[in-house]
Amino acid sequence: MLAALGVCGLVGVVLGLDVVAPRVRPALARLRAQMAAGAAEDIAGYDPGRERRAEQRARELLRSCVNEDDWEMYRDLGFLRVWGKGGRGSSAGHAAPSYAYLIYPHKPIVAYVPQSSRLLSEYCVEFPDSERPYGSSRLPASDDVLAKWMALSADERRLIENANLHLAGRQVDPDAVRADIARLARWDRERERDHAVSSVAAS
Amino acid sequence: MRLLRMRPGHGEVLVAEGDVGVAEEERELIEAFRAQLDQGMWAAVPLLAPDGRRQATMVRDWVDVPRDAERVIFFPRAAGGC
Repeated sequence: MLAALGVCGLVGVVLGLDVVAPRVRPALARLRAQMAAGAAEDIAGYDPGRERRAEQRARELLRSCVNEDDWEMYRDLGFLRVWGKGGRGSSAGHAAPSYAYLIYPHKPIVAYVPQSSRLLSEYCVEFPDSERPYGSSRLPASDDVLAKWMALSADERRLIENANLHLAGRQVDPDAVRADIARLARWDRERERDHAVSSVAAS
Repeated sequence: MRLLRMRPGHGEVLVAEGDVGVAEEERELIEAFRAQLDQGMWAAVPLLAPDGRRQATMVRDWVDVPRDAERVIFFPRAAGGC
């Protein structure tokens, strides 16, 4: 008895589907077409090269604003050094500065003691554009670096007052920063050696 | 003089351009300058120091912009992050 009812039920479902399917099929087709159209619109608005072009533009602007050695430092090492109020560095003939900053793109600014490589603190600072012209408030990486460089070198106190201060190591790996400081020291030595060779060759 | 503004997803865009020696053009530059500050931008002027080093100065008013400056660069006001 139960088996017979089950078979009847199954037949009923199959027949019902047969009746409903012709009505459902066009609706499914419309839904598929709408989804495809939506995807096409998203793709039309998406420009995979935009961020790359923006970064290229930002690098050119950075290069036109900073000193040649600063540009080469950023190009070669991926960060910029800005001396603290202590001076501009012994290589420029000034008194040795007591501290300096490393500027990374979209990372905290790290203050350190050049003589000992001791890390002092991290300054978390951002330049968010509330207009979000392409959905993001973040500047291109090199614009972020240039904004930090201009603000820090022109008005160190103002920028630091706007930053969140943390102990070194909170956001940026201290070992990685020390490795960067060591790379920077090697880079400085190599440049000084190259300049010395150039000077001898010129004379 | 050119007024440039850093923009996410684009890099710098030209806000205004003109000759500060021409009164009408300077007036337009001043209006554009003030509009950017009103939008919360910071303004910096790249300069060449007497020793030949490049540097920048932050400006808060048009009178602070050197007359011979080639560019004024606007970027969003700094905010504590992380």
